[in-house]
Order: sequence, then C-alpha cells, then structure tokens
Amino acid sequence: MNRSLVTIADHSREKIEYLIRMAQEFEKQPNRLLLQGRIVATLFFEPSTRTRLSFETAANRLGARVIGFADPKVTSGTKGETLKDTIMMVSNYADIIVMRHHLEGAARYASEIAPVPIINAGDGANQHPSQTMLDLYTIYQTQGTLDNLNIYLVGDLKYGRTVHSLLTAMRHFHPTFHFIAPDELAMPDTYKEYCRQHDIQYVEHQDFDADVIAGADILYMTRVQRERFTDLMEYERVKDRYLLKLDMLSKARPNMRILHPLPRVNEIEYSIDDDPHAYYFQQARNGLFARQALICDALGITLEQVREDKTII
Amino acid sequence: MKKTLSQSHTTPLPREGQGGGVSASTPLPREGQGGGVSASTPLPREGQGGGVSESGASRSLIVSALDHGTVIDHIPCDRLFEVINLLHLDQMTSKVTIGFNLKSHKMGTKSIIKIADRFFTDDELNQLSVVAPNVTLTIIRDYEVVEKKQVCLPDELRGIVRCNNPKCITNNEPMQTFFHVTNKQTGIIRCHYCNHEQELRK
Repeated sequence: MNRSLVTIADHSREKIEYLIRMAQEFEKQPNRLLLQGRIVATLFFEPSTRTRLSFETAANRLGARVIGFADPKVTSGTKGETLKDTIMMVSNYADIIVMRHHLEGAARYASEIAPVPIINAGDGANQHPSQTMLDLYTIYQTQGTLDNLNIYLVGDLKYGRTVHSLLTAMRHFHPTFHFIAPDELAMPDTYKEYCRQHDIQYVEHQDFDADVIAGADILYMTRVQRERFTDLMEYERVKDRYLLKLDMLSKARPNMRILHPLPRVNEIEYSIDDDPHAYYFQQARNGLFARQALICDALGITLEQVREDKTII
Repeated sequence: MKKTLSQSHTTPLPREGQGGGVSASTPLPREGQGGGVSASTPLPREGQGGGVSESGASRSLIVSALDHGTVIDHIPCDRLFEVINLLHLDQMTSKVTIGFNLKSHKMGTKSIIKIADRFFTDDELNQLSVVAPNVTLTIIRDYEVVEKKQVCLPDELRGIVRCNNPKCITNNEPMQTFFHVTNKQTGIIRCHYCNHEQELRK
C-alpha cells in the first residue's frame, strides 16, 4: 500500500479527524523517540525555509535523523538529472521522502515511482497538504469542531493554493465560506462550481470592514502579491483595501481567530498581534504537530501506537 | 493520392488480398502497403465503406474488400496521420490500405484505413476519439461485417495528449502523460499530475 501524502483532497472526514487526534497527541508531547533509527529525507528542489524547518523539526523531535538538501543548486538536477533518478537514488537511503518542487504534479509522480512513501511539501501552485492539515488542526483547536463554521477567506483567492486546499478539505464539514478579494484575484469559477457540487454555501463580499467580519469564526488572511497583477495601477488601488486593521475587529465574535499561512507582509496590522483574535503564530507552531502526525502516518505508525508510545522523552 | 486513384483504370483487383492491386498508370501504389485500387469492380462489400464514387460508374473507384480485419472510416483528412500514429500502423506487418482525400457525401473529403488481420481492443480504438471522435469502425470477418461501432471517449487517457500547463511535471520529465476525462460530452480532461483541466480538442 502506498502511504504517500500527495494531496489532502483524497482524505475522508474520518481520516482528517484521525490525523487531528494524532496531532493532538504530539501537541501534548512532541518529544519522543518514536522514529529512532529512521531516516527522513527532505528534498527541497525549491527553497522554502519555513516548511523545511518545520518538517525537519518534526522529524528531529521524534528521534529520526534527517538528510537532504535545502537548495536545488547543490543537486544533480542542475546537471540534468531527472526527478525520477534523484528520487530513486534517495529512496535507497531514506525511509521516507519529504519533497518540495516547483513543478506541479512532481509529488504525485514521485509517489508513483518511489519504493518509500513521499510527503508533498508543496508542488508549485498545485498542492500543499501539510499546510492544509495544520490549518484544519488549528481551526479544530480554536473552535472545538470543524462542523458548520463561517470561514472568511481574504486576499488572493485566485492563486492562493492554501485557500483552495482548505476549501476542498472542508467539504466534509458543512462550512459557509465568505470570499473577500479584488476582482483580479477573485475565487476562480472552478472552485465556486466545486462548492455548488458539494453543497458548500458561499458568499462573496466587495467590502472588507467590521460589519462583514462580524459573522466570522475564522478569518483566513492571505497575501495580495504585487506580481500577481498585470495592471499595477489596479494593485495600487486595491492593496490597502484588504488590509486587516485593529479597529475592524470591534464587532468580531469572541471565538473568531485570525489565521495566515505566513509570511505576512503588511496585510495584518502589527498592532493586531497582541489581540486575542490573532492566532497565526500558534498556527505556525501547530505545523510541527501536524507534520509529526503526517510523517508517522506515512510510515505506518498508528494513532494507537502513538497513544501507547513509551519513548516519550 | 487522389490523382493516383482516379488514374487507375485497368484490371479489377483479384478478390483475394488487399495488397498488390495493380494499376496501370503512374504513380503506382507501393507494393506491400496495400493500396489495391481498382476501377469499377469489384464493388465493396456492404458496410465496408470506402467506395469512392466519382460521377460515372466507369470511373467508380473502390478500395478492395477485406476478408478479415478492421475498417476505420470517416476519418477527417487532417487527422489521418494522427490516427496512423495512435494505432502505430507504421509498425504493422499485416496489410494496411490507406485512402486519403476520398470524396464523401457526409464530410466532403474523408480518409479511410483498412487493416487486414488485426482486431483492436476497445481501449485501443477509443484512443481515436481524441483525434477523430466521429470515425466509424467496422469489424470484418470472412468478408462479413460482424460489428459496427463508434468510438467513445475513455475514462482515462495515457500518453496521447500533452498537458497545456508548462509547469506540469509531465512537460519537464521523460514520462507518460495521464488524464482523467471529467466530461465526455464537452471533452474536458484533467491532468492526473498537476490537476489542470483542459479541453480535449483545443
């Protein structure tokens, strides 16, 4: 059985809840020797310091050793080696491969050829399942449930793969989505169609103010990137409209939490960091527990084994 | 090619064999590639397609009848060579008759391929739907039409179509493409690897 994790879209409600329960165990006790003697390879064909550190920390805190590269310049890919050859070579050394690649579909392909499980740490604009898993975990952690939530997605909804994956993964939980984006970066029709097909309610907003936010359980902010705009005048016009300011939280529900996949540039005012609604740094911390769960699951370690684990340090 | 056909006026083909049709005038069809072309007789067996009828009966030209094999008719002329490639007919050892730029009531001009002693699987034939969705397939055994069918778009397409997404792994790695057909009516397919959707006939 191929235990690779390429996309969260294939996961059932039960599987998502199972992984959340496993991540909860790691949150209680992240330092263990559960993976002692195992080797985790992190192959970053595209640099991503944040994601790599999170995966390597997850592996290290479970007692695994980590090999790999952080910079594609040092790999044979630059000499013309195919992805297949690199993956086959590393499969000889490591028990599991965490890979990030700039090409879309790279992780799917690797998972089909590699004799060891692959964890997709991002393949171009396509999928980033560990981010989705930590988002789901954070939503569950802050709301106590994943069911029937009002989730507001703000910013770049066109190219933002995190919001697309989140939308797809939430289909099991009867959410209501609210899309807040400039026209140039609006949620693509394919995802709206997806919502209709899966009976997901969604509302589109033009304004972004205290009244709109008042109904939110989760406010998921993303970065509006300058390079996404063909018309820079348009960028200048809209960039400040999707900025979250402290006074906009005046009517927010007490349970509302602000999430952001990070890095943030200026879309959340820094004064919000100390507000109880701000949750993006805890969200990033949850990445560790979510990734510990994903690595263990890919290696065939069950929730039961994690719960009965005697290797806690 | 059409010129060739309309210039061959002599000996009717021997009933047996699709190859070696002799035509008196030039240029001759190449021996061994089929190309049996005869004037007026014998008439094509019912349903084998490919009868090319120019105005008068004396000028009526026929591609010879198959005894066993597959006839692929109503191929748009600009898709003929793609069909040949898809079915790997260039590697075929049995006789293959190819008619190109033939007159057709339905289509104006059409192409036809007759392949002797070869019966394709549905999967093989359904690949044709990608390049020529409206072809007619006729299966011949002992000169009789035993089956007529249309191709239909399969659920999956392997190695036939290229992904339109330049950042897809399939365009950057020596590997086979793989698509899931998401809508057979509109011909929408989704790349198995990068998930991009594209229209088949674009």
